[in-house]
Amino acid sequence: MSVTITVTHALKKFGDATIIPDLNVKIKEGEFFTLLGPSGCGKTTLLRMIAGFNSIEGGDFFFNDRRINDLDPAKRNIGMVFQNYAIFPHLTVRKNVEFGLKNKHFPKEQIGPQADKFLKLMQIDQLADRMPDRLSGGQQQRVALARALCIQPDVLLMDEPLSNLDAKLRVEMRTVIKQIQHSVGITTVYVTHDQEEAMAVSDRVAVMNAGVIQHIGTPKDIYQRPANIFVSTFIGRSNVHKGRLVMKDGVPHLKLEDYTAAVPHVLPEFRQEQEITISIRPEEFLMDRQPGRGLKAIVDDCVFLGLNTHYFMHLTDGTQVESIQESTIDSVIAPGTEISLTINTEKVNLFTADGSRNILEGVRNDCEG
Amino acid sequence: MKQTKKFDMWSGVTIIFLVLFVLFLIYPLLGILQQSVISKEGEFTLQEFTKFFSQAYYSKTILNSFKVSIAITAVTLLLGIPFSYFYSFYHLKGSKFLFVVGILCCMSAPFIGAYSWILLLGRSGVVTVFLKNAFGIQLGSIYGFGGILFVQAMKLFPLVFIYMNGAFKNIDNTLMEASANMGCVGIKRFFQVVMNLSMPTILAAALLVFMRAFADFGTPLLIGEGYRTFPVEIYNQYLGENGTDHNFAAAISVIAVVVTALVFFVQKWATSKYSFSINALHPIEKKKPTGIKGALMYLYTYGLVIISFIPQVYIIYLSFRNCDQAVFKPGYSLANYQLAVKRLLVRSVKNTMFLGVGSLAVIILFAILIAYLVVRRSSVLNNAIDTLAMLPYIMPGSVIGIAMVIAFGKPPLALTGTALIMLISFVIRRMPYTIRSATATLMQIPMSIEEASISLGASKLKTFAKITVPMMSNGIISGAILSWVSIVTELSSSIILYNNKNITLTMSAYVAISRGNYGLACAFSAILTVLTAISLLVYLWVSKSEDIKL
Repeated sequence: MSVTITVTHALKKFGDATIIPDLNVKIKEGEFFTLLGPSGCGKTTLLRMIAGFNSIEGGDFFFNDRRINDLDPAKRNIGMVFQNYAIFPHLTVRKNVEFGLKNKHFPKEQIGPQADKFLKLMQIDQLADRMPDRLSGGQQQRVALARALCIQPDVLLMDEPLSNLDAKLRVEMRTVIKQIQHSVGITTVYVTHDQEEAMAVSDRVAVMNAGVIQHIGTPKDIYQRPANIFVSTFIGRSNVHKGRLVMKDGVPHLKLEDYTAAVPHVLPEFRQEQEITISIRPEEFLMDRQPGRGLKAIVDDCVFLGLNTHYFMHLTDGTQVESIQESTIDSVIAPGTEISLTINTEKVNLFTADGSRNILEGVRNDCEG
Repeated sequence: MKQTKKFDMWSGVTIIFLVLFVLFLIYPLLGILQQSVISKEGEFTLQEFTKFFSQAYYSKTILNSFKVSIAITAVTLLLGIPFSYFYSFYHLKGSKFLFVVGILCCMSAPFIGAYSWILLLGRSGVVTVFLKNAFGIQLGSIYGFGGILFVQAMKLFPLVFIYMNGAFKNIDNTLMEASANMGCVGIKRFFQVVMNLSMPTILAAALLVFMRAFADFGTPLLIGEGYRTFPVEIYNQYLGENGTDHNFAAAISVIAVVVTALVFFVQKWATSKYSFSINALHPIEKKKPTGIKGALMYLYTYGLVIISFIPQVYIIYLSFRNCDQAVFKPGYSLANYQLAVKRLLVRSVKNTMFLGVGSLAVIILFAILIAYLVVRRSSVLNNAIDTLAMLPYIMPGSVIGIAMVIAFGKPPLALTGTALIMLISFVIRRMPYTIRSATATLMQIPMSIEEASISLGASKLKTFAKITVPMMSNGIISGAILSWVSIVTELSSSIILYNNKNITLTMSAYVAISRGNYGLACAFSAILTVLTAISLLVYLWVSKSEDIKL
């Protein structure tokens, strides 16, 4: 049975330091929900509050309609996967997986088959009698998942489960995790600081900073229309520039140095001349070798990465900018070349001058506070 | 904070420990302090201290102890560090043998070495007599400062060896390669890199050796002769044959504790200058010893362990020789053992096993609980418990012995002469080893393992019993083996606490020596040596490790 997790006005303090001031979030039943943010942003703290390993200084936590604030962690019926897997080193793989079943007083005759089912699901049934010290990192990860899932928890919590694996295994395991989560259909809260990983596995992502959720949305939402400048720079790379919004014939235009371009999809309440912050992703710069009506830039360096080529440039006022272009078969643009940059105005994001709010239409943010 | 501040089972454990430590450690130690400054007439006086410092006859004992302990520490470091270096950096043939014999040497009962060396090199020692008759060579005297130094250094250098093996194991090979890369090799690298990297361990080993040497009672008693040290003086003042003075003994104890505390703080201060930790990803690759250098290494390592092992072998050999009081006669028999059976052998062995197993069980239980309190439930009170529990690490055994007698010699808690008081003093004195290793192990167990267990539905108590304790077991065992061996061979506090009823093997051996019954003493010592050797070999075999943590 899967549950909806509702958190209202959560407050977390360690001594005098407030880690999470006032947090609200609703995680849907069966959803793969990721808490993403830089280290120290409070994402693991929130996860551990849900798990019951951190005390709750204020607010309410609900699984469906059941308030769990004071429920013993052992009785919350959660499955948890830890960053270091937390496999019991003195028990075999099978004993590890059966540990939870025994504690949950599963009928004796079902313990074996239930463990087998999940060992098979995680493709570690042939390792059942091994001791953990003879398992690779990926195998330990599978044991941890099997152990967490086989007790049929209401909620699966994962705390940076892939951060101890090497790059290739990480990609492989995140596919495994996503597939398993879909097939089991369990409400999952996943913590990571790796935005690419968050994009790859999640139904929805909550981007956190300094204990506050900045943006909750699908991976596509948060990448394409980030709610504020923090989300824009944390998810993917962005060139951030101070610019102006100007009105020409009733149509808003962005103005960056002497370059202007129409941005008709600015929200009505922001359609007036003002200072703005412009966030341009590297792929949103279009490069033209002919000096033209765009921003003048000098190429400093280029890095060929196969599919794409990265260009590092500076504008006439010295600002560094970065652009990614699909690699072409002819020669790359040599350092020192002066080129002209234009902006893909459909994709570019514009924020208020302080960066606190996206002023374009189409921002989808489920964050309530 | 609701959950953590709640009064639970562990808060109860904290309180129980506080009560126990106050009753069995603080109260006795305060008793000593009180007795040292309150005269028999019940008045406050510092006359005992004035007496001690104004009369060189007494004040010299502390100075002597200090001098000889410093010398012993220096010599053991000089012997032990190269030994461990050769052992850790080179493929020596029979390295297992070197390791096991080294351990056996430093774990033997404290006075057996001294006793055996007297029989070998003493005034009428076998070697002395042989050299004199055959070649007319006069050996120097083995008694006094030199004797204590020689006997203790031979016995204690393996402690340095064991410590240093751990440090050398943690030196990453890439550090060695990096320093070679920068042109620092050979002797220069040994001093500039290897020694500096292992300095925290060297200091820890030095402290342990110093404390052992400083508190040692058996060796100076047998071989010290005119060179008087303070543990012997305390004993004489407290239980000696002529003119005991309990207040004066208490005053000496207080002074001794002040000295060890000072040494402890100096060591802490020195260690703080080297606060770093190293952990090797690429352990040192051992080289093959070759040429003259290799031959010298073999000569050094084997020579050293064999010399330090001779006393034990010789004792076992003598235990089968015919003997009449202090004179060994030709011919071999089991007469010594038969005599031993008549002289409380069975009771001694029983007591030793009972006290050893009993106090070890208590130590293990307490160590697990204290480690848990300190690591997982860190608080002012729990850290205080940890400090209290470690206090006896720097207390000479005789001081603890006297403290016990003062505190429990009279009602309401008249425990003197019972097995219980021996057990209590063993637990107090030998628990620090196990606490340290249990704490160190628990620190390495990530919290998430316990959380995983709880999230899988196990209660906190069940998690502790089924997950935490089994995972700590390796660390506990490696500390417990040391506690065990040092309990079995304990002399300096039992000599004050023992009587005919609670006598141990070590005490029986000592009594036989002091009565000049050498054959009997050899039989007791041999049994004791074999007992400790078997315990250690069983441990090494079961744990299959070369890790003895001290």
